[in-house]
Amino acid sequence: MVKTILRRLLQMIPVLFVVVTLTFILTRMIPGNPATAVLGPQATTEDIAKMEEKMGLNKSKIEQYGMYWNDILHGDFGTSYAYGTPVLDLLGQRIPNTLVLSLTSLVLALLIGIPIGVYSAVHQNTAFDYIFMFLALLGISVPIFWFALMMVLVFAVNLGWFPAMGIGDWSNGFWGYVQYMVLPVICLTLHPMATFARISRSSTLETINTDYIKAMRSKGLSEPKLLWKHAFKNALPPIITVVGMQLAYCVTGAMLTETIFSWPGMGMLIVKAVTNRDYSLIQGTVVIVALVFIVVNLLVDLAYMLVNPKVSYEGGGKN
Amino acid sequence: MAHTTGVLSREAQNEMLKKERRANNAWHKLLRNKMALVGFIIVCLVFLMAILAPVIAPCDPAAISPLDKLKGPGYVSSKGITHWLGTDEFGRDLLSRLIYGAQISVVVAIGSTVVGGVIGILLGLIAGYKGGLVDSIIMRIMDGMFAFPFLLLAMIMVTVLGSGIQNVIIAIGVANVPSFARMVRGQVHVVKNEEYCNAARALGEGDARILFRHILPNTISPIVVYATMNMASAILSEASLSFLGLGITPPTASWGNILTSGKGYLQTAPHLATEAGLCILITVIGFNLLGDGIRDVLDPKMKK
Repeated sequence: MVKTILRRLLQMIPVLFVVVTLTFILTRMIPGNPATAVLGPQATTEDIAKMEEKMGLNKSKIEQYGMYWNDILHGDFGTSYAYGTPVLDLLGQRIPNTLVLSLTSLVLALLIGIPIGVYSAVHQNTAFDYIFMFLALLGISVPIFWFALMMVLVFAVNLGWFPAMGIGDWSNGFWGYVQYMVLPVICLTLHPMATFARISRSSTLETINTDYIKAMRSKGLSEPKLLWKHAFKNALPPIITVVGMQLAYCVTGAMLTETIFSWPGMGMLIVKAVTNRDYSLIQGTVVIVALVFIVVNLLVDLAYMLVNPKVSYEGGGKN
Repeated sequence: MAHTTGVLSREAQNEMLKKERRANNAWHKLLRNKMALVGFIIVCLVFLMAILAPVIAPCDPAAISPLDKLKGPGYVSSKGITHWLGTDEFGRDLLSRLIYGAQISVVVAIGSTVVGGVIGILLGLIAGYKGGLVDSIIMRIMDGMFAFPFLLLAMIMVTVLGSGIQNVIIAIGVANVPSFARMVRGQVHVVKNEEYCNAARALGEGDARILFRHILPNTISPIVVYATMNMASAILSEASLSFLGLGITPPTASWGNILTSGKGYLQTAPHLATEAGLCILITVIGFNLLGDGIRDVLDPKMKK
């Protein structure tokens, strides 16, 4: 196990190298001069030249790439031009807000999606199964930003039940904070919940039709025990894989949801960084997000290995 | 009597064989699956709408009429034109814009899937077949691209390339490459040591011939399923990019940018956002249903 973790950690190095290099290449390809972007259109040629020197843009691309690596290895992701704040400080302020939304959504999606999927599998081809699988299909098909707008229209504008945008303050009590979370969380929960329901259903269906489950049933094992202790345990691996993928989806979802609800998280920060051509911020957020992704994937693979001892990453890894 | 008792005539045997073949034919299986049929019909209607847009659109999608702006469905203008789905903020006929918007969605869905598919399949085939260092290099690059959230990578690509339909197609296509490459590489690992591949190798066939003549055709089923599902996500991605102001820019009509403009009129003209969103939703449902159906037909083990 320790050997596997070490090997997987070592495998992260080339992936991180690719991420950093790709980010560097892509941001350098963005049209326009970063120095002009910082100073604005009124800047004189001298000011621009000074800023280019300060930012190291007058050096060759290879030197810039070396400087970029040097900064990253020293934990310096640069300063955002738009906010005038170090990128890491900005991310430190925004990441907790995104985590609150994403983790709440993911937990809700798991708690609701999996039981629905398992129940649908057990009651295959019943009205419950048809209705919930149709709803799950809607869940994976609906454009999240459109759903968010419709939620705003109905529950914020027409009914006035929840605020349409912004973030609450804990000083106003529990509800003072949570009321701002309700609509964004519902939007972010929808897609993962539908995906969990679909994958749990198909995975459970596969296991409940296996010979060993039939054998246990014929021996008189109670249905709940059979389902949750044996069938579900064996249906877990595909669900765990999807959990990892949905964590990735949460970042994409956060970019859209946070923009609509003006929730000051990392998603909104990324969108603003790209639209403002805030080069340091784009580079910093992309590298941090990619790092989180890689670590999450590692954790998912380890969880996969724990629930499915047949899977071993020794000698070549997962193909 | 054309046949003796207990023995079927040649005609009857042929007829039975034909029936059996028809029953096993993937196409017939697909059409027998009701949900897949619904998906197929939706996708066909969207394609027809896109192809026939210049013929079926009741008005010019770019014709502005300031006096008729933000009118609801069924509005009849002073010129006597009925706007069945209402008008937008410039008084343009929304039904016509949604019909033309289908062109963008269809072109982006097909184009980005082809771009991502061709590059991803080639890389996956090479990585899976060659193995070793080539595999490691290709797959580490794919892992690196995979570590970018899909929409973020597409956003950066559009920022680099600029907006416009070709660039949106390239951006979404390139962001799709790692998924195709991973999936195909996995399939190649399963197929490449099959007996027919070993036989081809023993007969002295070249790598390219083995890859494209023997391995690719045997990995095609999951590729078709994935490509169909991918078209659904490409439509959503284009709409998301347009929504963030990085996709198809007005005055070209796309469902995404109609929805974006509708965002500003949620209270006064909710039909704008509602109708564009419904178009996206129904089309994506169509592709997903069709994808589910094709998967059930081509890989019954995966049947959900």
